[in-house]
Amino acid sequence: MNDRSEHHGSLLKPAKLKTAVAVELAELNKWYGDFHVLRDINLKVMGGERVVICGPSGSGKSTMIRCMNRLEEHQSGRIFIDGVELTADLKKIDEVRREVGMVFQHFNLFPHLTVLENCALAPIWVRKMPKKQAEEVALHYLKRVKIPEQTNKYPNQLSGGQQQRVAIARALCMNPKIMLFDEPTSALDPEMVKEVLDTMVELAHDGMTMLVVTHEMGFARQVANRIVFMDEGQIVEANAPEEFFAHPQHERTKLFLSQILH
Amino acid sequence: MTMAEGDLAVTELAFVRRSTIAPRPPPATMTGALGWLRENLLSSAFNIVLTILIVLLLAWAIPEIVKFLVVDAVWTGNDREACLESVQHREIGACWPFVWERLPYFIYGSYPIPERWRVDVFFVMLAVGVVWLLWLNAPRRDLGAIYFFLILPVTSFILLTGWSTIGLRPVDTVLWGGVLVTIVVAAVGIVFSLPLGILLALGRRSHMPTVRVLSVMFIEFVRGVPLITVLFMASVMLPLFIPEQWSPDKLVRALVGIALFASAYMAEVVRAGLQAIPKGQYEGAMAIGLRYWQIMRLVILPQALRVTIPNIVNTYIGLFKDTTLVFIVGIFDLLRTIEIARIDPKWATPVTSTTGYAVAAIFYLIFCYGMSRYARAMEERLTKGDRR
Repeated sequence: MNDRSEHHGSLLKPAKLKTAVAVELAELNKWYGDFHVLRDINLKVMGGERVVICGPSGSGKSTMIRCMNRLEEHQSGRIFIDGVELTADLKKIDEVRREVGMVFQHFNLFPHLTVLENCALAPIWVRKMPKKQAEEVALHYLKRVKIPEQTNKYPNQLSGGQQQRVAIARALCMNPKIMLFDEPTSALDPEMVKEVLDTMVELAHDGMTMLVVTHEMGFARQVANRIVFMDEGQIVEANAPEEFFAHPQHERTKLFLSQILH
Repeated sequence: MTMAEGDLAVTELAFVRRSTIAPRPPPATMTGALGWLRENLLSSAFNIVLTILIVLLLAWAIPEIVKFLVVDAVWTGNDREACLESVQHREIGACWPFVWERLPYFIYGSYPIPERWRVDVFFVMLAVGVVWLLWLNAPRRDLGAIYFFLILPVTSFILLTGWSTIGLRPVDTVLWGGVLVTIVVAAVGIVFSLPLGILLALGRRSHMPTVRVLSVMFIEFVRGVPLITVLFMASVMLPLFIPEQWSPDKLVRALVGIALFASAYMAEVVRAGLQAIPKGQYEGAMAIGLRYWQIMRLVILPQALRVTIPNIVNTYIGLFKDTTLVFIVGIFDLLRTIEIARIDPKWATPVTSTTGYAVAAIFYLIFCYGMSRYARAMEERLTKGDRR
């Protein structure tokens, strides 16, 4: 860290959660029209915990983590993010989104801004940081995800793996307490998956609270404290990785594992 | 695996090149004027036919135009006598002395002659503002924006309408005319229609039902009636509902009508751009904590406006030409001043009208083509910015 860090040090040091429980979902229900996507979801994620969420497509995994920063509205039940309850209250939503980073399947980088501008945008406009300091923060995190010398390129000039790492850096620039990953490697060419997973593993080693929707079971085995298996909008099973892979409890889990682990 | 004798013979052939081939220039048919002709004008039978037809069309039209505007044109004279057929002049082209004499009228309308320097100052100030704003490498473009959107409108208003306390004689807008009116109407329409159109487009896509319904009602109503109706409403109907002392100036009413009319069209253009932006852009922006107006200003609109530049300029060009409709409510724009001048008995000749209309055509062509060229250059610059 350089000597100017006292100005923006708060965005460079890992943020601490205020409460022990990072995420709490209680009796969460959500419908798309008549379709009951999430059914009585109960989940508690402690600070520093890494939770991998898996399940067949349409099981509601993405919807569940998208509820956690209110990209989706829930109809009943309660969601607490670091002690803040998510409701229709815009102030609470802003508060939560400032502290929760999200990485998407399709990166969702802003194509009209350079890599550096993509990353500095939120510190400048949300944290109200001077441009120069925001760019220092951006560079710091871009170095951390190993995007060397690409800072003045536009996202579409980068490979998929590089774009996803920029997306991770962009989320980190807000120094989030919790990171949500929504199938971060599903849209990548196979040879790019590893560089993104490596970045995520490093993040896990630094103690970040992470919720990851993924089918990368190797990653789950390596970093997860817990694996949550969902089917038909319900949490069917949640267990430590060794137990989850060695002794799946439910038929549905066994079937799923047999299909993806060939 | 065993190898047949034939295969062995093949392997002996040197398929592996050991040195790099130096790049050679492309064949002559691909480069130079000849290559360009083949590529662009004569690439297929249909293309060849088209090329021939267009060459014939141009060969027929251009000499006629040049003949009328230059070769047969009358360049000097004091009244209609100069532009009449005579023994020396069998064929009469454009009657330029007429244009020359009436040019001040075309530019200023009936603006009082001793005060016309004010209009000139306005033109110069506007030109400075336009160049400052449109020239993307100009110094201090932030000051340019303040100048264009704040200083220029206020000073122009004072300058053109007058302010007795600082010694500028008030000039009623009834006396304004010609290029002055055309430029003022077009500038106001162009400057106001984009921001209003953006607001309407955002309103139409809003999640708040009242905002959405109001926007849709406004847009659909305005698009559903002709501009002439809007202008009639503004100039004839409005005064019936509002007490006379409150009723705004006739020109102001027309300006408001045109700006609102253009903004409804602009709203639909902007909406098309907004619809081209994937949902992920909104989600990405929301997830990093940006708020609605920040998302729009920083993420969505820059992308949406970029893809709609051709359509925005198209609307502007349409608007610029539609300004001629203000003559219907008794405002003397350029076309109206030409209309009046051409029936002046002093210059009554068979070519006077054609000459007058040619002047109008050239004026509109220069401005509209300029807008179109600028938009092209802008598009090229923007696509260079984020090469995909």
